[in-house]
Amino acid sequence: MVQFLTKKRFKKATTQTLQLIAIVLITFLGLLLITFLIGRVVPIDPVLAVVGDKASSEVYERARIAMGLHLPLWQQFFIYLSSVLRGDLGTSVLTAKPVLDDIFRVFPATMELAFLATLFGVFVGIPLGVLSAVKRGGLLDHISRVVGLLGYSLPIFWLALLALIVFYAKFDLLPGPGRVDIFYEGIVDPITGFMLIDCILARDWEVFRNALSHLIMPATLLGYYSMAYLSRMTRSFMIEQLRQEYILTARVKGVAEWKVIWGHALGNCSIPLITVIALSFGTLLEGSVLTETIFAWPGLGLYLTNSLLNADMNSVLGSTIVVGSIFLAVNLFSDFLYKVMDPRAR
Amino acid sequence: MILEEQLLQVKNLNIIFPSPKGDVHAVKNISFSLGKEKIGIVGESGSGKSVTGRSILRLLPPYAKISADKISFKGQDLLSLSEKQMRKIRGREVSMVMQDPKYSLNPVRTVGKQISEAYIVHRKATKQEAKEHTLKMLEAVRIRNPEQVYRLYPHEVSGGMGQRIMIAMMLIPDPSLLIADEPTSALDVTVQLQVLAILDDLVSQRGMGLIFISHDLELVSSFCDRIIIMYGGRIMEVVNAADLHKSTHPYTRGLLNCLPRIEGGNERLSTLVRDDAWLDADFSAPSVTVSG
Repeated sequence: MVQFLTKKRFKKATTQTLQLIAIVLITFLGLLLITFLIGRVVPIDPVLAVVGDKASSEVYERARIAMGLHLPLWQQFFIYLSSVLRGDLGTSVLTAKPVLDDIFRVFPATMELAFLATLFGVFVGIPLGVLSAVKRGGLLDHISRVVGLLGYSLPIFWLALLALIVFYAKFDLLPGPGRVDIFYEGIVDPITGFMLIDCILARDWEVFRNALSHLIMPATLLGYYSMAYLSRMTRSFMIEQLRQEYILTARVKGVAEWKVIWGHALGNCSIPLITVIALSFGTLLEGSVLTETIFAWPGLGLYLTNSLLNADMNSVLGSTIVVGSIFLAVNLFSDFLYKVMDPRAR
Repeated sequence: MILEEQLLQVKNLNIIFPSPKGDVHAVKNISFSLGKEKIGIVGESGSGKSVTGRSILRLLPPYAKISADKISFKGQDLLSLSEKQMRKIRGREVSMVMQDPKYSLNPVRTVGKQISEAYIVHRKATKQEAKEHTLKMLEAVRIRNPEQVYRLYPHEVSGGMGQRIMIAMMLIPDPSLLIADEPTSALDVTVQLQVLAILDDLVSQRGMGLIFISHDLELVSSFCDRIIIMYGGRIMEVVNAADLHKSTHPYTRGLLNCLPRIEGGNERLSTLVRDDAWLDADFSAPSVTVSG
C-alpha cells in the first residue's frame, strides 16, 4: 500500500515536472520568436550598422548575403534559433565582442543591485505590511499606504535624480554615480563580477566600503518600489489569514499574540509571498534600465540603453533574451519553492 | 451531579456589537453557573450561544463590547485580568473546540507540531517531552497509529480524525473547562457519535466542566446534565436534561414539537412559534436553581 502510494506520488511529480518543462520550452520559443520579429521590424538596417553608410553597394550586398538576410524569413528564424541555442547571440557592433561575453561581464552589476534592492524590499516591506494589517486603519497603515502609493506612482528616474541632488550634490552624504569612486576602479580583480564578493575575496575592505556606499542609493531606490509592492501584498494576504479560524485556535491555546501573527499567520502568507518576491525580483532586473542609466551603473540596463542608442541590434536582442530567460527561470524557481513549502501542493 | 465546586459563574452578561445600522445586542443579561458538570447551550442560529462561549475566553473581535457584573472562573474575575494573565487561562484552564477541523487547524503545520505547541505554551517542556505527551494524547483520543498521524498535515486527515486531533490539542494542557462549540456539526453522522463518545469519556475521566454548544436539542439532552435554552440573546430556561420533556416553557415545547419521531404518527410537524414577548420577560436570575 505504502509502496503503491509513493509510486503514485512519484508518477504525479514526474508528470508535473514534464508539463512544466514543456510549458517553459514553449514560452522560451515564443520569446525567441518575438525578439526575432522585433529585430526584423525595427527600422534599423543591420547591414548598414555593420558596413557603415559609406560602403559601396557591392560591399553592402556581400555583407547582406553573409548575414543571411537574403533568405526567406522562416529560414532566417531557424538559423537564428540554432545559433541562439548554441549560445551565439551574435557580435556587438559597439564593443566588437560576442554579445554573450558582454552580457556575462555586465550582468553581475545588475544582479548585485537587484538582489540588494529585493532584500530591502523584503526586510522593510513585509514587516510594514504585517504591521499595517494588524493595526488596520491605524497611523502606520495610513503612512504605509501613502508611501506605497508614492512608490507606485513616482517615476524612478525623477526620484533618482532628486536623490542624487539631495544626498550627493547638496549634502554629500553618499557618493555619486558609478560602482566605486574613480580612484578605486580596477583595484579588485573581477573574479565573480559581483563587486562586494570580489572585495571580500581580495580582502580589500576599503574598496568594499566604498562599493557598499555606492550601492546604497540605487539599491534603496529600486528597493523602494519592491517594498511598496510587497507591503501592499503582505497586508492583503495577512488580513485574509488573520480572519481564518486557525488563528482563533492558536489564541484559544494561549499562544502569545506576536507568535500568532508572525508565526501562524505570516507562515501561511509566506507561500503566496514567494511568488510575489520572485516576480518583483524579475521586474527589478528589467526595471533597473532607468536607474542604471542615471547612476551610470555598468550593468545590463546601461548596456541595453547604450546598445539601443547606437542601433546595436544584436546586443539589444541578446539582452532581451537574457532578461526574458531570467524571468522564466525565476518563475520556475518560485513554482518549485511553492511545491516544497506548501504541504498541500506536494 | 450537583454543584460541589463552582467553576464558572456568569452574572448579567451583555454583549453588544456596534454597527453603523445601530448596535446589535447579541447577548442580553444572561446569568448561569457551572461546576464539574456538562452543560448544554441550545438555541437557533444567532441566539448568542457561540458568542457567549467566546466571551468567556475573551476572544471576541476587539470591537465587541462585553459587560457583565461577573464572569468569574475559580474565583478569578476574568474581565479584570490583563491580556497576559488571560493567556495563562486560555488553553491551560479554559479551552475550546470549534466546529470544523478543516478550518480550525493550521494548514501548513503538521498535526503533531500544533498539538505540541499547545503543551509547550503552558509547560516548560522540551520538544521531546512535548512529543511524548502528544503521542499519548493522540492515543487517548483513540487514534491507533499516533506516530504516523503526528507527521500528517491537516488536509491529510478526515473530518472525524481532525476533530479528534482538535480535542487532543485542546485537552493536552489539562484544562478544567472545555467549551465545545458545535463540535460535531461539520462531521458525518456516522462519526459524530464516535467523536462525542471520546469527548464524553475524556471529560468525565478528567473531572472537567463542559459547555456544549449545539442546536441539536436531542443530542444535548442525551449527553449533558443541564441544558440552557437560548433565544434572541436571552436565556429562556435552564432545565435538567432528564426533565427536558416535562418543560413547560413555550419555546422549549416548540423546539421539541418540531422534531420528528419514529414512533409518532404521520401528522404534520408543528412549526416553531416565536414570541418576542419572551425577550422582555425576566428569566435571568431565579430560575437557575437546580433541584436534586
